[in-house]
Amino acid sequence: MTALLSLRGVETRIGRYHILHGVEFDVAEGGLTMLLGRNGAGKTTTLRTIMGLWRAAAGEIRFDGRDITKMETPDIARLGIAYVPESMAIFADLTVQENLVLAARAGPPDPKRLEWIFGRFEALKRFWTLPAGFLSGGQKQMLAVARAIVEPRRLLLIDEPTKGLAPAIIANMIDAFRELKDGESTLLVVEQNFAFARQLGDAVAVMDDGKVAHQGGMAAFAADSALQQHLLGMGMGEHQ
Amino acid sequence: MVKQALRAILSDDLPRSRWLAVVLVAILVGLAVAPFLFPGAKSLNVAAKICVFIVLAASFDLLLGYTGIVSFAHTMFFGIGAYGVAIALTRMGASWAAVAVGVVAGLAVAIVLAAVIGLFSLRVRTIFFAMITLAVASAFAILASQLSDLTGGEDGLNYRLPAELRAPFSFGDTLFGVRLNGRLLDYYLVYLASVVLVLALLRIVNSPFGSVLMAIRENPFRAEAIGYRTVVYRTIASCIAAAAAALAGVLLALWSSQTNPDTTLSFDIMVDILLMVVIGGMGTMYGAVLGAVLLVFAQNYLQDLLAIAHKALAGVPLLANFFHPDRWLLWLGVAFILCVYFFPSGIVGRLRNRR
Amino acid sequence: MKRDWLPLLLIPVLGLAALPLVGSAASWVTLTVAGLAMGLMIFIMASGLTLTFGLMDVLNFGHGAFIAVGAFVAASVMLALAPWMTADSLWLNLAAIGPAVLAAVVVSGLLGLAFERVLVRPVYGQHLKQILVTTGGLIVAEQLLKVIWGPEQITLSRPTALRGAFLLGDIAIEKYRVLAVVVGLVVFAGLALTLNRTRIGLLIRAGVENGEMVEALGYRIRRLFVGVFAVGSALAGLGGAMWGLYQETVTAAIGAQVAVLVFIVIIIGGLGSVGGCFIGALLVGLTANYIGFLAPKVALGSNILLMALILLWRPQGLYPVAKR
Ligand SMILES: Nc1ncnc2c1ncn2[C@@H]1O[C@H](COP(=O)(O)OP(=O)(O)OP(=O)(O)O)[C@@H](O)[C@H]1O
Ligand SMILES: [Mg+2]
Repeated sequence: MTALLSLRGVETRIGRYHILHGVEFDVAEGGLTMLLGRNGAGKTTTLRTIMGLWRAAAGEIRFDGRDITKMETPDIARLGIAYVPESMAIFADLTVQENLVLAARAGPPDPKRLEWIFGRFEALKRFWTLPAGFLSGGQKQMLAVARAIVEPRRLLLIDEPTKGLAPAIIANMIDAFRELKDGESTLLVVEQNFAFARQLGDAVAVMDDGKVAHQGGMAAFAADSALQQHLLGMGMGEHQ
Repeated sequence: MVKQALRAILSDDLPRSRWLAVVLVAILVGLAVAPFLFPGAKSLNVAAKICVFIVLAASFDLLLGYTGIVSFAHTMFFGIGAYGVAIALTRMGASWAAVAVGVVAGLAVAIVLAAVIGLFSLRVRTIFFAMITLAVASAFAILASQLSDLTGGEDGLNYRLPAELRAPFSFGDTLFGVRLNGRLLDYYLVYLASVVLVLALLRIVNSPFGSVLMAIRENPFRAEAIGYRTVVYRTIASCIAAAAAALAGVLLALWSSQTNPDTTLSFDIMVDILLMVVIGGMGTMYGAVLGAVLLVFAQNYLQDLLAIAHKALAGVPLLANFFHPDRWLLWLGVAFILCVYFFPSGIVGRLRNRR
Repeated sequence: MKRDWLPLLLIPVLGLAALPLVGSAASWVTLTVAGLAMGLMIFIMASGLTLTFGLMDVLNFGHGAFIAVGAFVAASVMLALAPWMTADSLWLNLAAIGPAVLAAVVVSGLLGLAFERVLVRPVYGQHLKQILVTTGGLIVAEQLLKVIWGPEQITLSRPTALRGAFLLGDIAIEKYRVLAVVVGLVVFAGLALTLNRTRIGLLIRAGVENGEMVEALGYRIRRLFVGVFAVGSALAGLGGAMWGLYQETVTAAIGAQVAVLVFIVIIIGGLGSVGGCFIGALLVGLTANYIGFLAPKVALGSNILLMALILLWRPQGLYPVAKR
């Protein structure tokens, strides 16, 4: 498998703070890579740097062989990269429908695809014309994910998708992500819920203090509880 | 010894540039001997105006340069100080008691008003504060011209100064051909008060309080996280600046024996102060001194220069208008914008960089 | 939020409260129409400013320059077409006003583009510099107006067809005010439709809430912003032209004077909210006219009082924009 996304020596500073110290990892095409790490390890900052929302001060980010390090955020998005931020960043004043209409750049959302999304996240259909600000936390999370997948994208960057979701919905999300990666997309998912991560991930990259401390297959990582203890400071599946 | 005394007086904040030191000494000495070097009512008037505006600009720098907030209400406090004394002298007659009442009342009103505006709007953001102060100041100017019973309306107030400050008062004969009268005394009152006020402001910005202000300016969130109540610090800074501006107003009122909206409250004066501080150099205190001198000079003499250019271009229709003597503000406005872009620390910054 | 109608109620409440104080119904109608006309003109000038603030967190303290330019350009065109202005024919009058207003809109829109490029763009995200530079822009623009049009004020009179008043019984309603109300409502409806019914409008509303996310969805918000800035400047020019015709004099200081009202309105409305700006403008216009009638001395100070009261009730203005 070739790498769809690769980071080499990426350094990011926010104001006077040096946050990322040479991040390096690859995301294989057609798979789901989990980005794990303790709180404050730099996962969110990494995703934001890929999206061009923070500027890498040094290093190189390649997408599909192309150097995107210095590209503007909208241009990066137009290469086929979608982003679900940790804060969800749904547009509260816009209705659920308007949120999705906006996310579909190519034109009105494809009805078949919408049905598929509604099948996974039924609440979105129910509150279709409600301002998104009125949705519950979990429903907002569904909307944020739906916005990223309303049109086919090559790479999905998703920051903590399961936060605040009920188990039944998490199961739906797992289904959705599986279908996506088996079909059209490659996924890079930040996750704290290790049970979720090991079920879904093909590969894993673990960050610690602004660097990638470990990269490899998920199966091997899930089997090595000493390594997990060392990198994540927890036993298997304990952490929610 | 001398150096130590100087450090103490300047609160350890030396000019740090030979040229700047030379210019500052020239200003200090020049203003001190102005009555003897340039006798005559007009030049003495210019010198006194410079003193007053140095204080006004320096107090504005405390806000703009050191605290990082833009207030468009600074002239309001200037006006409050001036009107305080003017009203007291008008109502109570030409006595020092009236001056004292005016000063105290003016200071009290200025500080309370600054505190209210600050607590009201400084918790939000710079832009909000700038907008609110703009609105309040314009309302205040209108109010002052409407309450003509108290303020004399558009015409302002004409009043008599205490006897010791008037021309007939004499405390000797002449010195170097200059009459030792009340006007001279008045000038030195203004001069000394200005020196003291600028040194006091210098002390404030170099105190621990001043360091906190600068920390807040650099990063308000961080300062708040470390445990400083940014609103409180900014409000106190704004009260101090208001008090200093009011005292500058007092000096103006004591100098000119007339106070009106144009010379104290107008937006034009606000623009002047902005230009002084930014062109002189924000956050340097000395910049305010330079800026004030430069601007008052420009107002009085740049016009003459422009008049020459204007004459030379008399044949060219539109171009000549650019150099009309009344358009000096155009050129200073351009200089202002260029300063903000390219020389954020103004003339003082340039001087310090070349040493 | 969409469903918060309370601020909207303030307008009828204010009107009804003024009725017994004013006393006569005829004067009340006259004042109310005058207040609505003034409010809507301010709204036209303020709408662009509040949108650019919401969208890019940029507050242009030089917005008044566009107002003044609009007034001057329109005045020049109208003076040039003086014979049509004074003709006793509505159509000829309109044939003079039309090009005048068009010229005002185009020139101030273009000026807006230049302003954005030269003054605003280099200082994005730096509020202090932004305030200073745009204020500097206002100073320079005001001087340039004097360079081009001379330092004296220009007097112009309204065209024949727009002078005088409609009389309904003992109620007198100035014709020009009716026109101002109509134009203001058309602009408001146009903005509301654009914002709610078009994709551009959707993008603007989303951008006001979270510009970063709009970019992450693949839209170039900068371009959108430049467009909004230009339209906002053009609207300021339109408002300035109308204001000049309303006052029948134009001076270089007009921009700075009206800009104060504009600022008060967008603070009242909630920075970034067009709906709030609309309500704020009407409140300011009505208050100024009612108080101007009841207690002329404090009329202009009344706006500050209004602002303080509203901020005590809602510290972020009537419709705080949901941010991030
Ligand atoms: N805007 C900012 N300014 C300064 N420091 C920041 C900023 N954003 C993040 N940081 C710091 O950068 C480091 C990495 O943060 P980041 O959000 O990337 O961590 P994370 O791995 O996503 O953590 P979590 O699991 O809690 O979401 C943290 O120490 C954080 O305090
Ligand atoms: Mg995170």
